[in-house]
Amino acid sequence: MIISIASGKGGTGKTTVATNLAVSLGKGVQLLDCDVEEPNAHLFVNPVFEKTEVFTAAVPEVDEEKCNLCGKCGEICQFKAIVVIGNTVLPFPELCHSCGGCMAVCPEKAIREGERVLGITEAGHSGDLEFVHGRLRVGEAMSPPLIRKVRSFAKPGAITIIDAPPGTSCPVIASIKGADFVLLVTEPTPFGLHDLKLAVGAVRILGIPCGLVINRSDMGDDRVREYAEDEALPILMEIPFDRSIAEAYSRGQMIVDMMPEWREKFLQLYDGMVELVKAANR
Amino acid sequence: MKELVIISGKGGTGKTSLIAAFSSLAEDKVLCDADVDAADLHLIMNPTTKERHDFQSGHEAIINADKCTQCGVCRDLCRWNAVREDFTIDSLDCEGCGVCVYFCPEKAIDFPIKTCGEWYISETRFGPMVHARLGIAEENSGKLVSQVRQEAKKLAEAKGIELILTDGPPGVGCPVIASLGGANAALIVTEPTVSGRHDMERAAQLADFFRVPVMVCVNKADINPEAASDIRRFSEEKSYAFLGTIPFDPVFTKAMVAAQTVFEYDQRSEAAGAISKIWNALKAKMES
Repeated sequence: MIISIASGKGGTGKTTVATNLAVSLGKGVQLLDCDVEEPNAHLFVNPVFEKTEVFTAAVPEVDEEKCNLCGKCGEICQFKAIVVIGNTVLPFPELCHSCGGCMAVCPEKAIREGERVLGITEAGHSGDLEFVHGRLRVGEAMSPPLIRKVRSFAKPGAITIIDAPPGTSCPVIASIKGADFVLLVTEPTPFGLHDLKLAVGAVRILGIPCGLVINRSDMGDDRVREYAEDEALPILMEIPFDRSIAEAYSRGQMIVDMMPEWREKFLQLYDGMVELVKAANR
Repeated sequence: MKELVIISGKGGTGKTSLIAAFSSLAEDKVLCDADVDAADLHLIMNPTTKERHDFQSGHEAIINADKCTQCGVCRDLCRWNAVREDFTIDSLDCEGCGVCVYFCPEKAIDFPIKTCGEWYISETRFGPMVHARLGIAEENSGKLVSQVRQEAKKLAEAKGIELILTDGPPGVGCPVIASLGGANAALIVTEPTVSGRHDMERAAQLADFFRVPVMVCVNKADINPEAASDIRRFSEEKSYAFLGTIPFDPVFTKAMVAAQTVFEYDQRSEAAGAISKIWNALKAKMES
């Protein structure tokens, strides 16, 4: 069972929900932090990392001895990542999407696969919880391949909880595609609602069942609830604003550690999602 | 002409509310919403759209079933596994690289340009605004960010306006990179939390990488005053201009619900006072 936790708007509480849910469930659970641009879940679950791997993308390296400057590589490349200028061929590895087109098309077999570092993955444990995240190299633009790499740690049969990045474009799609359920964390404000609608649009394109958590549920207005009702989106949990929760969060503490009674609520949240997945598969 | 970009690393620290508040204070400016993925500034600015343009970028492979012999060359070459069992292409997985198009022996794959969104030039009660909407689940957000910023610059030049206030996206990836290049200054608005601190450091590293001068302010500072002081110390060590702090104030949410800036909603609020001071410090920095 793969549950992706997304939001549209940033700062609504994705990581709070992902970490508290994962820790409440405990054994047999994986938490994969796919917000590789700004991974934060480790700050709350404090995993011991056992394995770090550098993750690279394939980029062209040209053997100038073999290259006859025919220009076919520049012709096939849609990303202007390799061009022939005068009597030299110039690869721009930072623009490369690793499609392999230049290598496939080169009649002289003059292009081999080099590497560009996209970031790292770190894997470890926090108690019974298995934890993996990716860290995009600062200055690197392309996050989806690293997100897919983090997701490759998902084990069949486990409960896998994915903390997704904000937004609705390719990094979010890479984090929710193929999930069994998407839990959307929102806040009852105009920004929260506007971005929630976009996120629901993305989830519906993928045809994945989804439900809502309303964070800081007593601030703002009622329009998120009205929208949820109109769209038949189940509200699975509400977390009222509580200054002591906000202060604890600021220090890296989890709700379920501060207020153990919340553990039960997160377990109920999980049961609610399981029911919805079953209903969708019926 | 100068461009200030507000970024944060972490989402939800108050970028858009702060840009909106600044637009109450700045005299002549062009507003630019570069968070094209989840644009929110228009919800406060209530813009009247003057121009609407399609944003076209990239291509999408589409297999023509009449010509396709299902030979499998495309599937062997595609590094995104975008070619399904039935030889149709999953457009969400297609990277638009065109390798399948090039190598298809039957020339059975079309490669039309994609329309991925729209961008607009609008008028607001605070002056002109350039903004955009990336289609849901679309790619090329970085290119749309570049386009929006370029249009804001053109507009400022045409109108003789000296300041562009740009609302940036969260994170440090492609759209953030596109919103930083060539900007005169980056204001990082963060919060005094473990994640706010962690993410602002990465955002600042990125701005350093592009040699854009960094300024810092802390929102919701009284949630953890000690962490707020740590961010101040960190900024001073790194020679980032520390502009000040804003207390946690429900007026942010109330103003948003009323589709107003913090100053329009309650200019005597604590938050408004703090933002005025930050604005004055920022103006002095931008002028020097």
